[in-house]
Amino acid sequence: MSDIAEKVKSIIVEKLGVEASEVTTEASFTNDLGADSLDTVELIMEFEKEFNVSIPDDQAENIQTVGQAISYLEENAK
Amino acid sequence: MELKRVVVTGLGALTPIGNTVKEYWEGLAAGKNGCGPITKFDAEKFRTRFACELKDFKVDDFINTKEARKMDPFTQYAVVASDEAIADAGFDMETLDKNKVGVIWGSGIGGLKTFEDEMIYFGKGDGTPKINPFFIPKMIADSSSGQISIRNGFRGPNYVTVSACSSANNAIIDAFNYIRTGRVKVCVTGGSEAPVTIASVGGFTAMHAMSTRNDDPSTASRPYDQDRDGFVVGEGAGALILEEYEHAKARGAKIYAELIGGGFSSDAHHITAPHPDGYGALLSMLDALDDAQIKPEDVDYINTHGTSTPIGDPQELKAIVDCFGDHAFNVSISSTKSMTGHLLGGAGAVEAVASVLAIQHQFVPPTINLFNLDSEIDARFDLTPNIGKSRKIDIALSNGFGFGGHNATVIFRKI
Repeated sequence: MSDIAEKVKSIIVEKLGVEASEVTTEASFTNDLGADSLDTVELIMEFEKEFNVSIPDDQAENIQTVGQAISYLEENAK
Repeated sequence: MELKRVVVTGLGALTPIGNTVKEYWEGLAAGKNGCGPITKFDAEKFRTRFACELKDFKVDDFINTKEARKMDPFTQYAVVASDEAIADAGFDMETLDKNKVGVIWGSGIGGLKTFEDEMIYFGKGDGTPKINPFFIPKMIADSSSGQISIRNGFRGPNYVTVSACSSANNAIIDAFNYIRTGRVKVCVTGGSEAPVTIASVGGFTAMHAMSTRNDDPSTASRPYDQDRDGFVVGEGAGALILEEYEHAKARGAKIYAELIGGGFSSDAHHITAPHPDGYGALLSMLDALDDAQIKPEDVDYINTHGTSTPIGDPQELKAIVDCFGDHAFNVSISSTKSMTGHLLGGAGAVEAVASVLAIQHQFVPPTINLFNLDSEIDARFDLTPNIGKSRKIDIALSNGFGFGGHNATVIFRKI
């Protein structure tokens, strides 16, 4: 697993209070990991802070699973 | 309309002198001091460097980490104290009509720590507002009653009263009114505050309202003492379950006391200074006595607002003389803020709990740190200096007064 993937997963574990084993690549924040709309916003902000990127709203809407977050950040993280 | 009787069937307390009702009462009865150096932030450069903080409180022991993270400390305290009170009331949650259970809470400020943290973070940035999405729901004062409702499924009236240091008394009176007019059967009420923060301590010291006895914090909260120099801020929560009497009887509930009156008034004088003649305090007590339909001489114990400020303490005592006449010197009086500090919007709640426990135990908690009575105060007052005492208490009255000129008084009776 890449460093980015490791960090993404640890952020999700911390913010959503879920077990690391639940944070699979396919897991959806809202459907599988119990996130509500505010949790999702907070997650995106944490990714922005941790990886020093700015994620525009229209792209943030497409980040709904753990895997989508990892792919986006692997492409865009500085 | 015939008003229904309202009784207290559950209590909760999370205070600087005890994290449960049992510990709180043991602390009150023993005259325990709750004050010490501030640990919640670096207070080195502050004029006041002490407060009455909670001791050995770990929120994770009570609320799961994910939920607790979305609550300001004042809401965490509200949830913990109300959990204790609800459990104490012993409801059968399957049969309780939760649509008829209200949550009326009191807080003078709300999520101040949340506000500070977010603004400090913003201030360190480049001006881009990266505000956390939980900032608003954590900060707003009504998140406390909202979280209690969500946690327990209570769907009756739900809001927070904000009247500075009389907030919790106002909450208790509102809850009382909903039950006695038949609108709901049960209310979770009380109040909480988490004001040991830089803005609060800095702000109150700027007003010269707080004690600066940094060399001896444990004696800083000393109501009625000659050398008192201001209040000591405290944190925590108090919770009461109010219930319609017949509802409580029908389910065989343990009944602590009856809530028989609530009174309120405004000073209409100054935004922070109390009325020089204690007129607002007098009106509030008279209103409560009238509401309770009792005579002044029926009152056995007064838990005063008594914050340890030079101006406020004697004015409340003057109002007590104006209200009670010669009985002012027969009634037992104490300020339990000498032990807990001043919980601001939560003060009325922990003091209502103290008043109910005083009735239950037939014991007056003391005013500690009363070394030399202020020479301006009539020595005939029984201020219960330093050592609590047993006495017959059928009726207890508790006062709360707040910046803004708000006054509110509640009266409990043995049942």
